[in-house]
Amino acid sequence: MRYIDEFRVPAAARELLREIDALDAHGTFMEVCGTHTMAISRAGLRPLLAPGIDLISGPGCPVCVTADADIDRAIAVARKPGVILTTFGDMMKVPGTEDSLASASASGARVRVVYSPLESLAIAAEEPGSQVVFLGVGFETTAPAVAGTMLEARRQGIDNLRVLSFHKLVPPALRALVGLDDFDVDGFILPGHVSVIIGSDAYAFLPVEFSMPCVVTGFEVTDILQAILRLLKMGASEASLEVEYARAVRPEGNPRALEVMSQVFESCDAQWRGLFTIPGSGLAIREEFAAMDAGTWEVELPEPTRSKGCRCGEILCGRIKPMDCPFFGGRCTPDNPVGPCMVSSEGTCASYYLYSESDGPDERGEGADIGR
Amino acid sequence: MCLAIPAIVIELDEPNLAVIEIGGVRKQVSLMLVDDVVVGDYVLVHAGFAIDKVDEAEAQKTMDLLQELARLEQEAGFDEIH
Ligand code: SF4
Repeated sequence: MRYIDEFRVPAAARELLREIDALDAHGTFMEVCGTHTMAISRAGLRPLLAPGIDLISGPGCPVCVTADADIDRAIAVARKPGVILTTFGDMMKVPGTEDSLASASASGARVRVVYSPLESLAIAAEEPGSQVVFLGVGFETTAPAVAGTMLEARRQGIDNLRVLSFHKLVPPALRALVGLDDFDVDGFILPGHVSVIIGSDAYAFLPVEFSMPCVVTGFEVTDILQAILRLLKMGASEASLEVEYARAVRPEGNPRALEVMSQVFESCDAQWRGLFTIPGSGLAIREEFAAMDAGTWEVELPEPTRSKGCRCGEILCGRIKPMDCPFFGGRCTPDNPVGPCMVSSEGTCASYYLYSESDGPDERGEGADIGR
Repeated sequence: MCLAIPAIVIELDEPNLAVIEIGGVRKQVSLMLVDDVVVGDYVLVHAGFAIDKVDEAEAQKTMDLLQELARLEQEAGFDEIH
């Protein structure tokens, strides 16, 4: 049933919904940012849109795209004697091949949750006898903060801070996605805060090389609806790159942040969980900072095992929706996640689960246990 | 995780640090990634760093969204948003 919930959808948004309806157009659009996925679910937008308009979620959550092998490496590093591993809280429950950081921590590894990489620097200063390893996970929004922390460590002469860099870059991932044979999306709703750093120019190749309509979008319901409206009006024949979020995003991004990032990191190929290795989509620590790189440490890693049946890979390319996974809401919940898409609050499965009411109970998978 | 939270700059500290306020809570952040910040500016804060300046109206809108997310996440037992 389509209805407009007055509480969640403000008047301006209702007007935009009417405009979208009036176009009588259809299209499938991918939101590439986990925060957009959350905002869409929160507003209950999907059931409100005209039937021909579908929003699917892309690989927009850095936690979800971190490869099993990288989680395994982080756990192995955390278990080394004399190491304190520091991480954002979202990473704790992500399942690796055998364990998660949470289970490693419960069995004695020293793992500390931090809000900022700068806290790792403070821990390193307090614990000169330990090697403090920060688990670097995130897109271009986060990587400059990690690079800044490494520069700060050098400036302050703190020599026991290390970094595992599993950072990922958004534009190369989009290039890989649009190049897939079965990629069937009519436009991108591009991330706001990643774009604050990299600038809208970073996506210029999408309309030019792939005739892919793109709108860089803010986080309000009205922003997202504006983006859908613009994408519908554009169509592939007039594909271009528009910036709806111009109040925060400049074409060139934040040059200072980009400079800090490139002082410390250089691009490298990276494995995306559930997808494949994407050329130039990761950030490796430059030779000059090799002494701070914990990624080169010798560790023993578990043998990769068969998949546990999680369909995150298909979710991340927009091939299926969370409800299409038989585990969704039953065996797999935020408390007991089978796959990473259910771990982070920005994961596609978690967003759908968290805001299930607004997406309509009919769409939940078999065996769903709402229980709330 | 790529969410940056708007906050007002309360005080500038050396070297390149600022005290900001988010929802009544004060925190110290690094200004290493932004230029020319003065007291009273709004900045987008991510992982302990100001990543850009932003205007007040934009800051307010995002704050409203975040408050609801924080409440829902707490109910669902998620960790702090980054
Ligand atoms: S519901 Fe769980 S198991 Fe299924 S795809 Fe999502 S995270 Fe993986």
